[in-house]
Amino acid sequence: MSSLDLARWQFGITTVYHFLFVPLTIGLAPLVAILQTGWVRTQNPAWYRATKFFGKLLLINFALGVVTGIVQEFQFGMNWSSYSRFVGDVFGAPLAIEGLAAFFIESTFLGLWIFGWEVLPKRVHLACIWMVAIAVNASAFFILAANSFMQHPVGVTYDPATHRARLTSIWALLTNQTLIVTFPHTISGAFLVAGAVVVAVSAWHLARKNARPSDVEVFRRTVRVGLITVVLAGIAVTGSGHLQAQVMTKQQPMKMAAAEALCTTEKGAGFSIFALGTINAKCDEVKSVTIPGLLAFLSTDSPNGTVEGVDDLQAQMVARYGPGDYIPSLPVTYWSFRLMIGLGVLTLLMGLLGFWGYRRGRTPTGRWWVRIAVGGAIAPFVANSFGWIFTELGRQPWVVVPNPTGNTSIRLLTSAGVSPSVGAGTVLVSLIVFTLLYGMLAVVELTLLLRYAKAGPPDDPFPGGADDDASSEQRPMSFAY
Amino acid sequence: MQLTDVWFGLIAVLWIGYFVLEGFDFGVGILLPVLGRSETDRRVMINTIGPVWDGNEVWLLVAGGATFAAFPDWYATLFSGFYLALLLILVALIVRGVAFEYRGKVDSDRWRAAWDQAIFWGSAVPALLWGVAFANIVHGVPIDQHKEYTGNLITLLNPYGLLGGVVTLGLFTLHGAYYLGLKSDGEVRERANALVKRLAPAVVVAGAVFLLWTQIHGGRPLSWAVTVLAAVALIASARASLRGREGWAFALMAGCLGLVVITLFATLYPNVMVSSTSAAYSLTTTNASSGHYTLTVMTWVAGLMTPFVLLYQSWTYWVFRARIGPGHIPVPLLARRG
Repeated sequence: MSSLDLARWQFGITTVYHFLFVPLTIGLAPLVAILQTGWVRTQNPAWYRATKFFGKLLLINFALGVVTGIVQEFQFGMNWSSYSRFVGDVFGAPLAIEGLAAFFIESTFLGLWIFGWEVLPKRVHLACIWMVAIAVNASAFFILAANSFMQHPVGVTYDPATHRARLTSIWALLTNQTLIVTFPHTISGAFLVAGAVVVAVSAWHLARKNARPSDVEVFRRTVRVGLITVVLAGIAVTGSGHLQAQVMTKQQPMKMAAAEALCTTEKGAGFSIFALGTINAKCDEVKSVTIPGLLAFLSTDSPNGTVEGVDDLQAQMVARYGPGDYIPSLPVTYWSFRLMIGLGVLTLLMGLLGFWGYRRGRTPTGRWWVRIAVGGAIAPFVANSFGWIFTELGRQPWVVVPNPTGNTSIRLLTSAGVSPSVGAGTVLVSLIVFTLLYGMLAVVELTLLLRYAKAGPPDDPFPGGADDDASSEQRPMSFAY
Repeated sequence: MQLTDVWFGLIAVLWIGYFVLEGFDFGVGILLPVLGRSETDRRVMINTIGPVWDGNEVWLLVAGGATFAAFPDWYATLFSGFYLALLLILVALIVRGVAFEYRGKVDSDRWRAAWDQAIFWGSAVPALLWGVAFANIVHGVPIDQHKEYTGNLITLLNPYGLLGGVVTLGLFTLHGAYYLGLKSDGEVRERANALVKRLAPAVVVAGAVFLLWTQIHGGRPLSWAVTVLAAVALIASARASLRGREGWAFALMAGCLGLVVITLFATLYPNVMVSSTSAAYSLTTTNASSGHYTLTVMTWVAGLMTPFVLLYQSWTYWVFRARIGPGHIPVPLLARRG
């Protein structure tokens, strides 16, 4: 394999891995903040124990999200130095702003929250977890701003002297239409993950035969919080996905066509549910079970709209950018698009089923329900991964996709972005190291999460809080490493 | 003053923040097997940095992001050039970061011992390699006319580079000992203070040789002046520690680390990476920088956000100003259930 292929594999593996932990953090931090708000407002110990319990899971998960994020920032320079030189003027800005305006806040205030239980006044301590919750979401915004530039470069001009991109408007970069539709889609996808995890853990505890009454008090509350989150996030992720498809049809028509493996331009194109034949690179498969007009509706808001096909777009791109293969891997885009949507919808259905199951104080205790809830928690993780696999492989062979209505000099092929000074052997070493390390950490992380999820809420005494008790000098800390 | 110079200065500030802050938490990690004789000792040590280490590490991420935004060529050449060294740093920071969080989550001596190893190596390796990296940036590495690094990992491990690594390793370890003297109570505090007596002379000698070498090679009046101040602060910190002035020792060491970073940046300017192949190929603040608009935007962002960062990070240190002693350490969480 060439250093290009290896660098792509490394980016894919490390990014998908990073984004297993990140959405749980993005969604769970606000949910823990809500649980703690419940405690501060009602003084009910059930809310307190729920906060402690899900807070612990948040911390175990947060650690891996943070450390794998450092790799993300470093590998642009390590493996993609030509890309970094070409876009650094534009792409570096949102990354630096993310650090200054968001990551500093989440790391600092998380430390305050973990160790501040008996040092800070209750409301100040509550404000700390809210700061974390807001900052992790702000982080996502700036990172998506950087990513949206790769999908649809705006606010930028081409400098012929240096052959580089030059930022002309930070406002345009931060209001990129791609960003405006991608941000809510990603965030609602993250809340879907967090809500589903809360539902699954709560459902498991509620279904236990020897569940303690005090634990039931906790999980009756959290299952409701989780279910509301799943249903709201499920609706939001669907709606924002529809908006995203429309923007994508205009800005990255090749990606939309590749999502459907739609070979030729069609009026009133149907949406394929699945294909019986194999989807192959030549775009000559037989698709089965098509819903007429649905693709046209998704992409243009009209069942009679026209959706451009892969072959026509390829011809257009050759005319515009010179000879080359501008078609992404169709089997990957076709199937990842379906898995993303399908698994997201299944999670939403799990949420609706849950509402029915827990109606009017009932508690489903059957194994079937616990299995559905656990499956419903795994599904959105996989859906998120396939969403990113789709959107990043769907922009190939570009690393910066030319903006069809903008300055088309701002474009870069992935193959032109790789570091010229880094040999394949070096990238291979790094790929192997990260894959092994990440694999081992995944086992540790999963073991710990399951162990703590099964252990249930700790029977801690209430923390004094700085406003209750001033003489805590030599008392053990309630939360410590 | 040009914006490129402002950003050169701001990146120096970010590295000062990183060395001063993460420097002591690296030091605590390095000293974990040395000063932490019992499990309670080790937990005391880890909990002195518990609330702050993650916030400290963000200084590195912001330094990286700011270099990307303000000097894309610097970022691209440095990160692709120092590839394997950075890979080692990444692995170290990953295992170290999760170690703090995971160490206490399973009640087993073997489990904790394994994560203690991770904390030690995860602290020692970056403490050494950041010095190696900076020494090489200042002294020069082979860079061709396309701004591409043409050496390998071994190129970086030259005597001056290795000395730079030993110096940052020594400075951070000493900084960690001062921090433990200031922030812990009981036996850990006593041992940390006692260790300074044995450790400080070696660090002073290595630091002095490194700084002199740096200045004889590329010094100018301003960097000479800063160098002398750095050496004075280092010696004064050791003196303060020996007299039992724990706060002063830590503050002077923080000052020393800041001055060491200023020395390196003052020696480097106006280059950002020196080419040993040809002076004409060196990356400078002007030929490696972003455009004027990007630098203007980033100056506003940094000017608005940095005061807040300093404010709430200072507040964190104020909130957790109490010393941590054995009496503060609770029983492990899982043991409390049921």
